[in-house]
Amino acid sequence: MYEVNYHRATSVEEAAALFAKAGDAKFVAGGQTLIPTMKQHLAAPSDLVDLRHITALKGITVSGGQVTIGAGTTHAEVAGSAQLRSACAAICDLAGHIGDPAVRHMGTLGGSIANNDPAADYPAAMVALNAAIRTNKRTLAAEDFFTGLFETALEADEIIVSVSFQAPAKCAYAKFPNPASRYAMAGVFVARGTDGSVRVGVTGAGSSGVFRHSGMERALAANWSTGALDNVSVDENMMLSDIHGDAAYRANLVKVMAKRAVAAAG
Amino acid sequence: MATVTLTVNGKKVSGEVEDRTLLVQFLRENLNLTGTHVGCDTSQCGACVVHMDGKAIKSCTTLAVQAAGSAITTIEGLADGTQLHPVQAAFREHHGLQCGFCTPGMIMTAVDMINRHKANGSKLDEKTIRAELEGNICRCTGYHNIVRAIEAANAAMA
Amino acid sequence: MGMEGIGARVKRKEDQRFITGKGRYTDDFRMPGMHHAAFVRSPHAHARVRSIDKSKAEAMPGVIAVLDGRQLTGDGIGNLICGWMIHSRDGSPMKMGAWSAIATERVRYVGDAAAVVIADSQARARAAAEAVVIDYEVLAAVVDPVAAMQAGAPQLHTEAPNNLIYDWEIGDAKAVDAALASAAHVTEIEIHNNRLVPNAMEPRAALASYDAAEDHFTLYTTSQNPHVARLVLSAFYQVAPEHKLRVIAPDVGGGFGSKIYIYPEEIVCLWASKRTGVPVKWTAERSESFLADAHGRDHVTRARIGFDANHRITGFKVDTVANLGGYMSLFSSCVPTYLYATLLSGQYDIANIHCNVKAVYTNTAPVDAYRGAGRPEATFVVERIMETAARELGLDPAELRRKNFIRSFPHQTPVIMAYDAGDYDATLEAALKAADYAGFAARRAEAEKRGRKRGIGLSCYIEACGIAPSAAVGSLGAGVGLWESAEVRVNPVGTIEILTGSHSHGQGHETTFAQLIAERFGLPVANVSVLHGDTDKVQFGMGTYGSRSGAVGMSAIHKALDKVEAKAKKIAAHLMEADEGDIVIENGEVKVAGTDKKLGWHEVCLAAYTAHNLPAGMEPGLKETAFYDPANFTFPAGAYVCEVEVDPDTGTTQIVQFVAADDFGVIINPMIVEGQVHGGIAQGIGQALLENAVYNADGQLVTASYMDYAMPRADDLPSFKLSTHVTVCPNNPLGMKGCGEAGAIGSPPALINAITNAIGNNNLAMPASPSRVWAAMHA
Repeated sequence: MYEVNYHRATSVEEAAALFAKAGDAKFVAGGQTLIPTMKQHLAAPSDLVDLRHITALKGITVSGGQVTIGAGTTHAEVAGSAQLRSACAAICDLAGHIGDPAVRHMGTLGGSIANNDPAADYPAAMVALNAAIRTNKRTLAAEDFFTGLFETALEADEIIVSVSFQAPAKCAYAKFPNPASRYAMAGVFVARGTDGSVRVGVTGAGSSGVFRHSGMERALAANWSTGALDNVSVDENMMLSDIHGDAAYRANLVKVMAKRAVAAAG
Repeated sequence: MATVTLTVNGKKVSGEVEDRTLLVQFLRENLNLTGTHVGCDTSQCGACVVHMDGKAIKSCTTLAVQAAGSAITTIEGLADGTQLHPVQAAFREHHGLQCGFCTPGMIMTAVDMINRHKANGSKLDEKTIRAELEGNICRCTGYHNIVRAIEAANAAMA
Repeated sequence: MGMEGIGARVKRKEDQRFITGKGRYTDDFRMPGMHHAAFVRSPHAHARVRSIDKSKAEAMPGVIAVLDGRQLTGDGIGNLICGWMIHSRDGSPMKMGAWSAIATERVRYVGDAAAVVIADSQARARAAAEAVVIDYEVLAAVVDPVAAMQAGAPQLHTEAPNNLIYDWEIGDAKAVDAALASAAHVTEIEIHNNRLVPNAMEPRAALASYDAAEDHFTLYTTSQNPHVARLVLSAFYQVAPEHKLRVIAPDVGGGFGSKIYIYPEEIVCLWASKRTGVPVKWTAERSESFLADAHGRDHVTRARIGFDANHRITGFKVDTVANLGGYMSLFSSCVPTYLYATLLSGQYDIANIHCNVKAVYTNTAPVDAYRGAGRPEATFVVERIMETAARELGLDPAELRRKNFIRSFPHQTPVIMAYDAGDYDATLEAALKAADYAGFAARRAEAEKRGRKRGIGLSCYIEACGIAPSAAVGSLGAGVGLWESAEVRVNPVGTIEILTGSHSHGQGHETTFAQLIAERFGLPVANVSVLHGDTDKVQFGMGTYGSRSGAVGMSAIHKALDKVEAKAKKIAAHLMEADEGDIVIENGEVKVAGTDKKLGWHEVCLAAYTAHNLPAGMEPGLKETAFYDPANFTFPAGAYVCEVEVDPDTGTTQIVQFVAADDFGVIINPMIVEGQVHGGIAQGIGQALLENAVYNADGQLVTASYMDYAMPRADDLPSFKLSTHVTVCPNNPLGMKGCGEAGAIGSPPALINAITNAIGNNNLAMPASPSRVWAAMHA
């Protein structure tokens, strides 16, 4: 790792101020992606502003179906929240399968979505749940937030504070892990709103990162069943292709995972 | 450079480190606690697992300065004097180790795993143990005896 | 035996330090003034080094030296060697290109060392290594071994035209061709035995220090064979004469073959420590291990086997291209020849076998022995073709094997090996029974109802261990003898130190070897220390690989114990005024048979050292050394049955049952043997299901971290069902055969046979990743 200057913030305002004073700074939350990236010399910020000790970024509230999760909430905390599980178990299950237990103790929701790894799990959920992503500057819809591979609408000095969504009537996430990295080769989050509307978020498989699958959404809105997906096609041209699986295989996985998610959602 | 102060294995320690120093480097090089190992550079092998404030974390993916103010437990701090922790004893009893390199991380992960499942009352069966070991790679044992050791320790800690 | 003798499940003595974090691995050692080495590694698979600009790196903080290959060779450091001479079928010697520990003119694989930086911290050394500017002239690269032999392919070494290292053969080609031509049925397969990265969990490391006053070097290193390291470093690399070089291999975190070899980094650390005057340490990062550790396997093979009308094998023809990478690693040449083709008879009585092996240079990391070394490749060919033939012939795969088993011993195969003992029916029957082979059809039908494809696969493997009779391997080209040595030091108080040339890096020698003392004298293993891994302590040794530490290393201890026992009996007979032939040693006592006369073991030992009253002419002391050279290889064998369920939607394979029935001869510690089998099977399953080292056409290693190289994890594997069935090895005093590699040898074909059985398509390459299985199901 190259040399770096570390700053610990205890409030969002302090974090923003520390960031503004530094040269080429980055925010670090759990650090489970950033620290390895820095170790490999693939990132070289001059300064790190640590958000992990900011109380205001932590916590989960559920009120009348409205869910808010602090950006600094760890995957383990999301996975283990009984309150959240009663409102939206799928997001708990998703968080409980990110990385491994030690990674889940450090890694945070905010860190995950800010990084927008195309194989990360949370972006699929954010898109399917139509989550609102609140920062210290504004609130963004999830679809406007994720802009491409490792790209988001966040400005460099912008801090994610929380994400909020209305718990859907039914939802589930199904993931097919890469045999090596265990990141998603295809992860599909399906959500059916209380009004019957359906959103399907797909991660891992797409060559441009997370995306919604409108064909699946239409089919499932008309008929919420696994059979409804039989005749929906997944465009291979949109899929990643690598040593772990070609585009045809990934397209198949997207459909299989979507069916499994629908089945799990009930 | 920064002075980091934290509690390691129950003792308050401080040291002068560069901000870029990883927790595992601080443990190994400043404190000579060489039981915590580095087996990969992508946070996947788990040889470096320690407990921070009672939770398993990867000390190769945490800066020492990030850990400042926390309480760290390493493999060297697990036994109560000469009395082995039940997980340590079970790894020996069930031949859950061969070359010993992944062992400290395995044991620290197993302790965390058992503690968590006891705390939330969930069952720790073979399938769950294997899933919980996703972040720890062993090249020697084929995991068979590691699973036996964790099953036995889980029973012993009831 | 006592409670801790042969056959006892003694808990490991070494575990106390490992479970408390007190193991001492190479990277745990530090020395005053120690500096760190970081290698500048080629980013190109093939390039000429035009120039090296060190100025920026040299000016960076903490940097004390930036060194290159010309300085290395200028100081007289010799090239790396391959220590086993293979002759091509035309009689010409293998064509070995030069390999300098740091490249001088040309780099030949991504990761090839081009310079080294020595600095006062690892981070500073790494940063400075990035600042070394090397002007490369990038050359065309070739990574495919078959393509490398074609006209017009990029040429790696001028010594080896068409990149061909040797074109070797064994067996009678004409006889095999005739047998195949007249066969009632011929089965043919083509396979690629996938390239693997060994991935011992402890990355390689070296810590070298030079003492100018004594002109003496000390090297701590991650080695399976420190004496061989010292020998090669002295005799070939000219680092220092042997008496001026101490090599210590302390606790070593797994080897699997990859820590046999003496690597460039060890040579460079020693050389740099003298040149800079400070101790120099290098510890690989995992990404460096992927690039620069010797890889394993990587064979492309076409095989044909003929059967008569009674389904008896009449001839077997195998043509293999072996990818040895950019340079010839220390034992690379013998792996695809004498450790491979000599096992192609498997467990079967085959009159005619011919094998041709072409070994080839490519722009990839050097390939050498990895757990099993040649024998997994042979077993994969034999057991895949047997299974395929059974399917083609419409026979039960178990029955086709039974029809061809060797049942009379000794058995001379047409490919050198003379099998000494075995009972292949016994292991196959045991495995089939444990797997409930007869009930498989019902299980398959039940799985079908759940939408799963269930399959079962067999593998009947044989291997040659106990490497090796020195004269025999010498005649086949080995540059060293493969005996082992031991010293048994009995202290005046009766405790014992065993010094062995074997090296334990997970195998539990400190326990198993001590059990020989418990067996022999009835002493507790707690009274025994096993010392290894230090050339200043241990007389000499050839190290641990090829499942040799039991059959060869323990035989040496056995021989030394014979001498200790004989001397102790002489002393006791003298002290008790009895006949030497009446003395028995048991339960820690030395007795005169048929009387109540006895002495404590410690009393006899003390008498040996006080020397107040020894037999006339006897030297004081009780310490004996033995060198043991085996009379033959040993032949562990067994049968594995794997049962899988495949998810047809995703191609995911779940191993629902894995049964192993092994014959390792006499077993000293069953607990440790089971552990070796578990680990071996896991590595074999890893090869068959998950692991794959992939280079792209430009020679970049695509799978250069655990993000892309799939290591077997706990949830990829089942618990294993094991059993052992003993036929005693007649060729060593303990009757042992060896168990370290069997699991890795026997398991890959069992798994692939099971998956191909499940999906009904025999054409499936390793690793059988979900995407490949899915594609095979939709082919």
